[in-house]
Amino acid sequence: MQKKLTDTKTIRAIELAKEQREISVSSFFEKNRHLLGFDNPVRALLTTIKELVDNAADATEEMNVLPEINVEIKQLSDTRFKVIVEDNGPGIVKEQIPKIFAKLLYGSKFFKLKMARGQQGIGVSASVLYSQLTTGKPARITSKISPKKPAHYYELHIDTQRNEPEIIKEEVVEWEKKHGTKVELELEAKYQKGKQGVFEYLKQTAIANPHIELSYKGPDEKVQFPRATNSLPIEPKQIKPHPLGIELGILIRMLKATKARTLQSFLQTEFCRVGATKAKEVCEKANIKSNSRPKRIARQEAENLFKAIQQTKFVAPPTDCLSPITANLLEKGLKKEIDAEFYVSVTRPPAVYRGFPFQVECCLAYGGSLDKEGSARLLRFANRVPLLYQQSAGAIAKSVAATNWRSYNLQQSGKNLPQGPLVIVVHIASVWVPFTSESKEAIAHYPEIIKEIKLAVQECGRQLGKYLKRRHKAKEEERKKSYIEKYIPHVGQALQEILDLSDNKEKTTEKLLKQILEKSRK
Amino acid sequence: MKINTKIKDTANNIYHKILKKKKPQVKIPLRSLSNVTYKEKDGYFALKGSMKERTLTASTVKTFAQTLKMMSLSKNLIETDDIATKREVYYVSKNWKEALFKEQPESDTVMDDIEAMFLVNREQLGFIADEHGGDVAGKLVVHDKDDKGKTIKIDCTKMGSGAYSIPTNVEHLKFDTKAKFILAIETKGMFERLNRHGYWKTANCILISMGGVPSRACRRFIRKLSEEKKLPVYVFTDGDPYGWMNIYRTLKVGSGNAAHINEYFCVPKANFFGITADDIEKYKLPTHPLKEVDIKRIKDAMKNDPFVHNHKEWQKALKKLLNMKVRCEQQALAKHGLNYVMEKYLPDKLKDKKSWLP
Repeated sequence: MQKKLTDTKTIRAIELAKEQREISVSSFFEKNRHLLGFDNPVRALLTTIKELVDNAADATEEMNVLPEINVEIKQLSDTRFKVIVEDNGPGIVKEQIPKIFAKLLYGSKFFKLKMARGQQGIGVSASVLYSQLTTGKPARITSKISPKKPAHYYELHIDTQRNEPEIIKEEVVEWEKKHGTKVELELEAKYQKGKQGVFEYLKQTAIANPHIELSYKGPDEKVQFPRATNSLPIEPKQIKPHPLGIELGILIRMLKATKARTLQSFLQTEFCRVGATKAKEVCEKANIKSNSRPKRIARQEAENLFKAIQQTKFVAPPTDCLSPITANLLEKGLKKEIDAEFYVSVTRPPAVYRGFPFQVECCLAYGGSLDKEGSARLLRFANRVPLLYQQSAGAIAKSVAATNWRSYNLQQSGKNLPQGPLVIVVHIASVWVPFTSESKEAIAHYPEIIKEIKLAVQECGRQLGKYLKRRHKAKEEERKKSYIEKYIPHVGQALQEILDLSDNKEKTTEKLLKQILEKSRK
Repeated sequence: MKINTKIKDTANNIYHKILKKKKPQVKIPLRSLSNVTYKEKDGYFALKGSMKERTLTASTVKTFAQTLKMMSLSKNLIETDDIATKREVYYVSKNWKEALFKEQPESDTVMDDIEAMFLVNREQLGFIADEHGGDVAGKLVVHDKDDKGKTIKIDCTKMGSGAYSIPTNVEHLKFDTKAKFILAIETKGMFERLNRHGYWKTANCILISMGGVPSRACRRFIRKLSEEKKLPVYVFTDGDPYGWMNIYRTLKVGSGNAAHINEYFCVPKANFFGITADDIEKYKLPTHPLKEVDIKRIKDAMKNDPFVHNHKEWQKALKKLLNMKVRCEQQALAKHGLNYVMEKYLPDKLKDKKSWLP
């Protein structure tokens, strides 16, 4: 009886084993496209534009040229669109083109600790995959790396089973551009205007990237977002990971991959802020010999090593890996896109969470053409990229709402956004922005991050509060003055009626009275 | 001193202050219960000395302009021997452009300020009330004048089911009467019942309906009539703090708001004939619970009203009502039959002085 049961079990396991196989990232995405921001046709369009623009901007800045990015959306039918994004970046070497666009999790950025818009190397290829899934059409890429070299044109599919590019067509073409990349994708989508639309995304991109010249041609509009500055952002430096910024799994992967022969040299060369003394300290704490081979440690003693690292104090990571927009330029960017009467901005000094350096910036615009009714608008940015979805989620929304705006002479009910003609911009720059999901919409609630956002918002809020107080006072003065001028003649006339004053005397009375009251006003 | 001279003097003072580049001021007695005293011997609320100074500043310039405009209007009325009702004054102001009054209570307040400033009543300024004066029926002949100045006699026994209406100005009236007392009644309804059934015949009296808080004209009429004809005055109101304090107290000793004229507009010898807390028990009258405002009124009266401070009986009565937590309307007597009030309640009151309140 028991034997029989075991038999059945074994057989079942064998059957199951037949069904079990490796799932490629691409297949996974096919089923879980909402995780990457392709959950509905409106959003799919925005996400595609976003990924392409982010890539274009990152590439251009790396080459140190002022970015010019053209975005075009053509409506092919009710539900089908063609998206074309073109940049003047460095272009892509011919051999790399298929992998960059048609292999998921392939890219230059994942292994770098450097501030950039894209992080995982998922974005652009996910867009290609979405396009392929909904239309069956290949992605069309044109790229040129130098005026002296020809442009290469590719039509690509992704082989979702193997997560490998499939080249449909490949040729050399003429292209008048000196260098750059052009991507064309066809996809099922829905074009919609509003707070989560493409136009809003580009407008906000223009705010946080005042050095980008952005032109947009949509199905029914054409807009140019001119650049507000000719100076490029300071190129962020790449840094090595900080020992406190890694998890056990990553540590094991690094131990396996390192070229260092000893643990001591592994620690010193693969991490920042670890010198000979610190490395020895860690080894002692972990009770591992400093000349052990990293590959062995990876298998047997990685956990001890990890614990020892957590128990050791390190100098905070260097912060030259960050390139904030800078208060001045952020204000310029906001000024050119949003017409208000008062602007204030601040860039906080860099800070660190979990071993990752980050920096918070805030800018406020108040009054002018902004809508006086309703809540303030919150624009959230991470590494210069606008976050349009999940408006009220994440560390930024939470910190802004938790700020007491009433003390800055604004109306606010409970822990909500303040009321009035106000735009609040918050930007977080980091080598690793901790998003709550892969679709990059909201920032995780790290206490260090929340604290910095609050400080930045408060600093701006205080300035706005001062301005509003001054403005209120000036208005009050003006109101009083006109109030006085309105009623003084009646005092004069009444006195004239009662005392039979001459017109001359009446006028003198009014004049004197005005002097008396205006003097006492102050 | 004549009123228009007083007006001119005040205006002149303001004018000269301005010429000296100084902020002009006017002084107005503070019109509130906190600024009156009550002596039983005198019988009315008299002004204490507190004055409020209204300085012409940026924030008072509008009221200041309105006050001067109204003084000018008053001077004009006096000089042309004309009058204007409070409502008319409010409409005249519609011609004052920015300085107009939006609602009548605003112009009434400014009028009261001017009255108090000159310590006169509004009739002397040429302004008259447009409030209801009160109705009279019973054993009284009023001597008035017609539009040509000829004396006419009005017999208040011959009003049928109607009544004689008290005019705004009562100073020139003369009276003939053989009545034994005046009964001043809070509600028109009760007055109608007593009039229709000829209560004034059986009790040999004069009935006056006050219709709520008595107007100045009504107060002055009762005062003049009772003084000249030496008649006692009995006041018959509901058994609630409004009837006791707002109606009876105002008739007897005047109000805080018009303290500058109380002396002539009160009836110090009046006695309270209305429903007391004891009556509610004695006659087993139906009641309603005290409202929030009633309770507040009782507490206010005990705390701030000099009249109540002076009369232990009233303190007791208010306290008792507050404990009973009820109020009672004069019509509640109808529980025992519609004419119970004439056949039992009022005769009882007339017989038993101890059931009165001071």
